[in-house]
Amino acid sequence: MTHFLQMGGYARFLWPSYGITFAVIALNIYWARRLLSQSRAQARRRLLVQAEHA
Amino acid sequence: MAWTWFHRLGSPPYVYRLAARLTPWFAWPAALLILGGLYGGLVLAPADYQQGDGFRIIYVHAPSAWMSLMVYVTMASAAVGLIWRIKVAHAVAASCAPIGASFTAAALLTGMLWGRPMWGTYWEWDPRLTSELLLLFLYLGYIGLRSAFEDLQRADRTSAVLAIVGVVNVPIIHYSVTWWNSLHQAPSVMKLGKPEIATAMLVPLLMMLAGFTLYFGAVLLVRLRGEVLRRERSTAWIREALGA
Repeated sequence: MTHFLQMGGYARFLWPSYGITFAVIALNIYWARRLLSQSRAQARRRLLVQAEHA
Repeated sequence: MAWTWFHRLGSPPYVYRLAARLTPWFAWPAALLILGGLYGGLVLAPADYQQGDGFRIIYVHAPSAWMSLMVYVTMASAAVGLIWRIKVAHAVAASCAPIGASFTAAALLTGMLWGRPMWGTYWEWDPRLTSELLLLFLYLGYIGLRSAFEDLQRADRTSAVLAIVGVVNVPIIHYSVTWWNSLHQAPSVMKLGKPEIATAMLVPLLMMLAGFTLYFGAVLLVRLRGEVLRRERSTAWIREALGA
């Protein structure tokens, strides 16, 4: 296991590369979900306002 | 009519429902391919005879770089909706920008981390690195330009022009290593003819490339629903879409 983690001496370049990439993957999932739920909330508010005016 | 499916893709309610249904079909295969690619790349693939285990950075660097270009081409193609004023096309273009920008940043950073042990430097003003950095600025410019407008329609139209003009940079990035004397290695997979890479190294890379592409599809579909909803004024289908 330690041998694997050392990556032939490249650990300090290799693991941060993987960390950055998977952080970007996770962030994009989070951002996409947040955008969708915000748009939904906004649309719901619009429906409410229109219902009040009707 | 053969064109009905195309017209339906221009209809926001249809796209909203279709996107919701399609998302898992992209997300799950993407997760499996990326996990398989990780195992193949980190465990099964042999170390490179020149770069040792350091070459394994390729399994995150190359897919990130591929995303940076593929997402831009998708964004610029969707921006062509400018001509026909298709709302859904603009929603696609707007969805692409943050995804593309973040993966361009990942491609640059992982490239720097690869360059340090192999070239002895994090950064060099080399044609490939410089044109990729320019791509990041194009994405950031696009996002900045969008946010400068209160009105979504004007944001869509103005930013589309920037996206289309910036597409010139894409072939420059791709061919930079062939056109100029570059520190960056020449393409070993994305070229005509046989790939110049051993099968045990190539298969995980192809899995990662396919996995990232499907992942892009899944994230794009989720964002697209949000963007379509933001652009919609018709209350009837919003009520239906929200189940309200």
